[in-house]
Order: sequence, then structure tokens, then C-alpha cells
Amino acid sequence: MWNQLACRCLKPYIVVSLLVPALVAVPAFCVLGQDVSSVASDQAHMKASVRVLVTSSYAIHEMSMAGGTTVRQFASPAGTVFAVTWQGFSPDLQQLLGEYFDEYLAAASSPHARRGRGVYVDTGDLVVETGGHMRFAVGRAYLRSKVPQGVDVNALR
Amino acid sequence: MRCASVVVGALVALLSAGLLSCGGGGQSSSEIAAKNAQTVTVTGGPDNNYANGLFTTVKVCAPGTSNCQSVPNVLVDTGSFGLRLLASSLGTLSGSLPKQTAGSNTVFECGQFVDSVVWGPVVSADVTLSNQTASSVPVQIIDASSVPIPAACKAIGPSEEDVTSLGANGILGVGFFISDCGNACTASSTANPGFYYGCAVTSCSVISEAVNQQVQNPVALLPKNNNGIMIQLPAAANSSPAMSGWLIVGIGTAKNNSPGSAQVFAPDQFGNLQTTFKGNLYAGFLDTGSNAYFFLDSKTTGIPNCSSSEKGFYCPSSPVNLSATNTSSQGSSTVNFTIVSASQLFSSGGDAVFPTLGGPNPVTFDWGLPFFFGRNVFVAIEGRQTPLGAGPFWAY
Repeated sequence: MWNQLACRCLKPYIVVSLLVPALVAVPAFCVLGQDVSSVASDQAHMKASVRVLVTSSYAIHEMSMAGGTTVRQFASPAGTVFAVTWQGFSPDLQQLLGEYFDEYLAAASSPHARRGRGVYVDTGDLVVETGGHMRFAVGRAYLRSKVPQGVDVNALR
Repeated sequence: MRCASVVVGALVALLSAGLLSCGGGGQSSSEIAAKNAQTVTVTGGPDNNYANGLFTTVKVCAPGTSNCQSVPNVLVDTGSFGLRLLASSLGTLSGSLPKQTAGSNTVFECGQFVDSVVWGPVVSADVTLSNQTASSVPVQIIDASSVPIPAACKAIGPSEEDVTSLGANGILGVGFFISDCGNACTASSTANPGFYYGCAVTSCSVISEAVNQQVQNPVALLPKNNNGIMIQLPAAANSSPAMSGWLIVGIGTAKNNSPGSAQVFAPDQFGNLQTTFKGNLYAGFLDTGSNAYFFLDSKTTGIPNCSSSEKGFYCPSSPVNLSATNTSSQGSSTVNFTIVSASQLFSSGGDAVFPTLGGPNPVTFDWGLPFFFGRNVFVAIEGRQTPLGAGPFWAY
């Protein structure tokens, strides 16, 4: 039961703040751009506790992982993951970005815009910003086309 | 202010004394160029395309031997911990550095930076910095050619494997932690961040790694002057082609590294201090390995992002004067800084020093290299005593 809650939005949307803690032995990662019910699990990496915070604008699926890393995935009322943020040791970005990881890699690997440390990728739809230092990476990735109206992406952390 | 031409890689104190440092803490060159100092320079780096890159030369030797290589153009990085060098920069020495083993396996590392990973074996080397030598330091060789990068490492970010992608021959991490990963990597393999791998030929899996086996800040293993470093760079109001300054090892251990009235900023458990900007509190940190003031976002700062080729930097239509306040238990320190459009700064070409370069950074305040211009900044190593108390801390 708790496994199923790990990556699922409540429908229809409840306009209430509700904290639903869910401890899962094999937690599921939602994938950027996908429906929250998409399950992309990686058993080797994940032994994380998951909790879901529902607000009027979106749901946050928060995972606490190895070494104190926190990953938050933001799902729209329609159930689409439009943003992901992370803090701590670098997470499995390939899993979090899903089909967008290759796009991110290509943009991040291209000759620097002279920028040293941290990434600022903007391909039009996909935006990925990272900063921080060793042992503390801070990142935010979102799809412009999927951000719900009225949501300020800069407030997502 | 006259500046003598920069002689990069001068390790002998006598040669160093011949350099004029352009400004800086009021000490003469001969006072600074003592037995615990070496030159650092801000240049375009080995590919001549780096902005605000702080470079130095590091000498490494096979332990206990005089089989050595001096590697120039190593990035000086207070935001990371440990020495990493491209195999290509080590030449034949690369094969002579003993590899670390875990049982019958060879230890490799997926060194994790914010924007990239570096892959290669962990080896043991004597490291000479500022005329002091640390023996048998765990060092990472960056080499993705012999053992392929594991999928889990590649999943973290782009791999930097050569001078073109790294922009340097290596990274000298001289931040306040001793080991690069710390306690997190001592956890059992399913619960740790995956820096360290045991490899049998080309098959690798994550292992737990004791902190004293992890890649270490070489300053921490010096026989003396091992409680931290001081970075001294001259003040600069405008862009220029190059700058020269000092990396001094030790805090309060010699005539040239007295902390005086520097204020201490102790980090939290993530390695951050507190920065207040426009009334809001953010995590902040001091980092020579970041090449600009990287802070927040266009909406919060009111500074437009650059478009096209300068994406990742700020492009205000005219210079913006800002201030932010760093807070410590000893008090607060307001920092005034100016941001000029990156497209304007880069348009002239030929410059490598950019005191007014800035860009966005998600919800944190990254005081990158421009912060260090015109300051003596101390980085005290965790657990080591200094006249200002025990590390870890920054002080300026």
C-alpha cells in the first residue's frame, strides 16, 4: 500500500496542505516529464524514505537518500512531474531526468561559456541549473512547457 | 602598479622573490616568498579560454623517490578536497605511482563535482606544495582510458577526461575538509554516494572507503604548516589579462600567514556559511574554483540573464552595485561587489581576470574567485588548531 503511494498524486486535487509520510523499502522515482505514476526504480541506489506534500499548486514527492541527499520532484495537478530539485551529494541525474538526460549531457559537455563550476543549461524547454561545492551540490531542473501557470520556478528548491 | 612578468611554476624561493606581487597585503615579495609560499596566477589556463581561473604548479613524486613531475596549470580550488591530475599531465610518472588496493581489487574513484565527474585510479604520491612535501598522499589520477567509467558514475553528470573539458591539467582541492567524501563514503556500498569503487580488471563496484584512504587535501598531510592555507590576491577593479598572487600554507605558523584580525566564518554541516541578500537568508560559501559571483536568479536579483553564448552569466545593461552580508558567530561582514555584463566583459578578448563577472546559481551564494581579489582569505582545516581557533572555517 505504501509502495503505491510513493509516486502517485491524489485525484481530484485536494486544496489542502497534507503531509503524507510514506516509508518504502523499494521507493520509486518519478521521471521528469512523465506522469507521476511512472515508476522507474533503481534498487541498487535507493533506500530512501519518501514523503509527499500536497499544496494548492503542486505536489512535492521528497526523497531522503544516502549521505543526506534530498531530492524533490514537483508534480502538477494533472500529475506530470514538471520540476526536480536536489541538494547534497549528486543524485542519479540520468534517472531523474529520464529522456532529457542526453539533452542535458550534450549541453553541459559543450564548450564552456567560460563558466566554471555549476551548470546553466537552457535548451528552450529544458532548464538545468546546478551550483554548490564538493559534498553539497544544489540543483534544479524543469520543463518550461510543463510548469503550471502561476508557479515561480525560482521558488522551487 | 608595475607587474613583473609572471614566471609560472617557480618553486625555488629565490626565484619567487624576484616576482613583484601587484598589491596584496602590504608585505614585500621577499617576506611572502618564504619557505611556505608558492605563486598562483589567474590566466586563461592551458587552453587559454578560462575566465577567472586560479592556477598553480604542483610537484608529485613516486613515494620516497626523486622520480617526479611538476604539473603546471592545476586549478586551485577551495571548494573541493584532494589532488586530481590528468594522466596525460603526469607523463611516465603516471605508471610509477602505486595504486591503492582493496583486497585483490584496484581502487578507482568517481570524483563528484557539482557539474561533472572525474574517473580514474587512486594512487599514492609525495606532493610538494609551497616548498613543503606531504608523503604518500592518496591522489586521484584522471584516466578513463584503461578502465571504463561505470554506468552509475556516468549517470551523475558529464565526465571530464582531458584538458579541453577540464580546462586545466588537474584540480588541487584545498578546502577545509581533509577527505573528499568524508563519513558518507564509509557507509556500506548500498548506502553511500558512490565515490569509491573496487575494480577487478574492468569490472567495478562501489565500496566503502575509510576516510584516511580517501583522496585527501595534501595540505592536511604536510609535516608542518598543515592547519590550513592563505590565499592572497591583489585588488582589481577592472578586467586584465593576468594576475599573480600567493598560496601560503599554514595559518599563524610563520611571518607571512598571521591571521591578524580576520573574522572567522564557521561552516554548517553541509560546508556553508550564511549570506543575507535583500533581507533573505541563503547558504553561502567561498570558492576559488568558481569563476564568478554566482548567486540566485534573475527574478530575485533583478539582473537579466545573458542570452546565447554567455548563457550562465548575468548581463545587466549597465553595471550593478550590490551588497550582501555574511554572518558568523563573531559578527557580520558586508561585502560590496559590482556586476558588469558578461557579454561586455568578454567582448574585448585577451582578458582572463574579471572582477565584475556574475551569474545565477540556484538558491545559494557562491563567492567565487572575484571575492578573493584584494583580500587575505584563510581556509582552516577541520580539527586543526589556529590562532583563531580550530577549523573548519574560512576567515577574512
